[in-house]
Amino acid sequence: MIRVRNLVKNYGDFAAIRDISFDVAQGEIFAFLGPNGAGKTTTIKILTTLLKPTSGEVELDGLNPAVQHNEVRRRFGIVFQEPSLDEDLSAYENMDLHGRLYGVPAKIRAERIEKLLNLFELWERRKDHTKVFSGGMRRRLEIARGLLHTPKILFLDEPTLGLDPQTRNQLWTHVMKLNQEEHLTVFLTTHHMEEVERVAERIGIIDHGKIVAQGSAAELKAQTGADTLEQAFLKLTGSTIREEEEANSGDKMRNMVRTRLRQRRNE
Amino acid sequence: MSAIYTLWLRQVKRYFRTRARVIASLGQPLMFLLALGFGFGPIFQKAGQGNYIQFLAPGVISMGILFTAVFVSGIELIYDRQFGFLKELLVAPVPRILIMAGRTLGGATVALLQGLIVGAICLLAGFRVTSLAGVPIGLLFMALVAVLFTALGTVVASVLSDFQALQVIMNLLVMPIFFLSGALFPLSNLPKALEIATKLDPLAYGVDGLRWALIGMGHFSIAVDAAVLSTVDAVLLALGSYLFSRIQL
Repeated sequence: MIRVRNLVKNYGDFAAIRDISFDVAQGEIFAFLGPNGAGKTTTIKILTTLLKPTSGEVELDGLNPAVQHNEVRRRFGIVFQEPSLDEDLSAYENMDLHGRLYGVPAKIRAERIEKLLNLFELWERRKDHTKVFSGGMRRRLEIARGLLHTPKILFLDEPTLGLDPQTRNQLWTHVMKLNQEEHLTVFLTTHHMEEVERVAERIGIIDHGKIVAQGSAAELKAQTGADTLEQAFLKLTGSTIREEEEANSGDKMRNMVRTRLRQRRNE
Repeated sequence: MSAIYTLWLRQVKRYFRTRARVIASLGQPLMFLLALGFGFGPIFQKAGQGNYIQFLAPGVISMGILFTAVFVSGIELIYDRQFGFLKELLVAPVPRILIMAGRTLGGATVALLQGLIVGAICLLAGFRVTSLAGVPIGLLFMALVAVLFTALGTVVASVLSDFQALQVIMNLLVMPIFFLSGALFPLSNLPKALEIATKLDPLAYGVDGLRWALIGMGHFSIAVDAAVLSTVDAVLLALGSYLFSRIQL
């Protein structure tokens, strides 16, 4: 479903992604892990057409995200790291707007919105503006929205950030159910290792823009001789704390690169 | 087409849902209309220029459109960028030019409606349209002005990404555009420098066209007004589409 070969992304002379390759099979739940600034979000942005790669091959369901924008966009749903709802619209209106943008016919749109809002336990609140929603409700709505156009792949970029254990648990239960029942491929990132052990069939670990290990949780633990995935992760990526390098916007990234260059010159 | 309609509807809904905003952006034109209109009325009359409210109304209507258009398109774009909704739009399978078109039409519609509300208030304040046949032409000029400044808002907000910077630029751009437009004073017999500045101000042609349409008098000719506005509209729409298509998140 996803095929990445020798992917490179440079911002100026700063290499965010340095030659990574991996595959995600259809119907698989794949966890992409790494410390802050490792290149996770940059990779997701390239896969989801928001950024163009510097070099390398990327395929999503056999299509090239850098060229076949709109075909690729129809095939995935995404929950971004930061919120992306229109807070002045109701839950239903957010769903409806998404359905219209994705060209879902009116009848199917209404049916799927009802089904998904029920599934994510938001149907009763459909008329409320999303600005009064809790963090967990917003997340659920974003996932429901991402699934409205029946995508083949769902990208979840740290979807459980800032959620309580109850909400996290419920969210993953839904995702796993969708994966089993509809063979939805899921590409996720998170910093919660116990979530990964529970839901992910395969894991890729990225650090400093390179993939340092790939495999199931059991394989990674065996490979590093660690008892838990968290220990395995720390062994693979070291225990030093990273600066928040992975920028949320190209602008920030460019500014950061500029600052780094300036610092380097001053040294 | 459905995408354009969807985004158009979103802008219109959002605007009228925040009533405080509607009222706030009526405040400024109202203040100018009432304070200046009635305050300078007697002097204007004495200077042999006729009724000041008649002269001022097209200017104040244009002002309402200018402020709303720039506000809706500029602030809303930055708002969408900062609060994340822009990402949802940019991963949708819709060409960016259609996204830009929907937003611009939505912003322009809102600005036009706001202009109509100001117009209605002008009528209450004693403004009289001299020929009904001019009203559709007046609407056309209002629409041209609305599109122009909605596109301008998109251009500025595509380049900037924070509210503070936008505020500064807007004050440096919007206020001079308004004051140099001839909304408040006649453009004849001005000092040379001021005359050149007013000729470079696209809003001057909007106010002038609206004056021709509604009260049958003006400074340039109505054909020049229409030609200049349409040209600037086209240029800013093209520039806005280009800059919007280059936004990276």
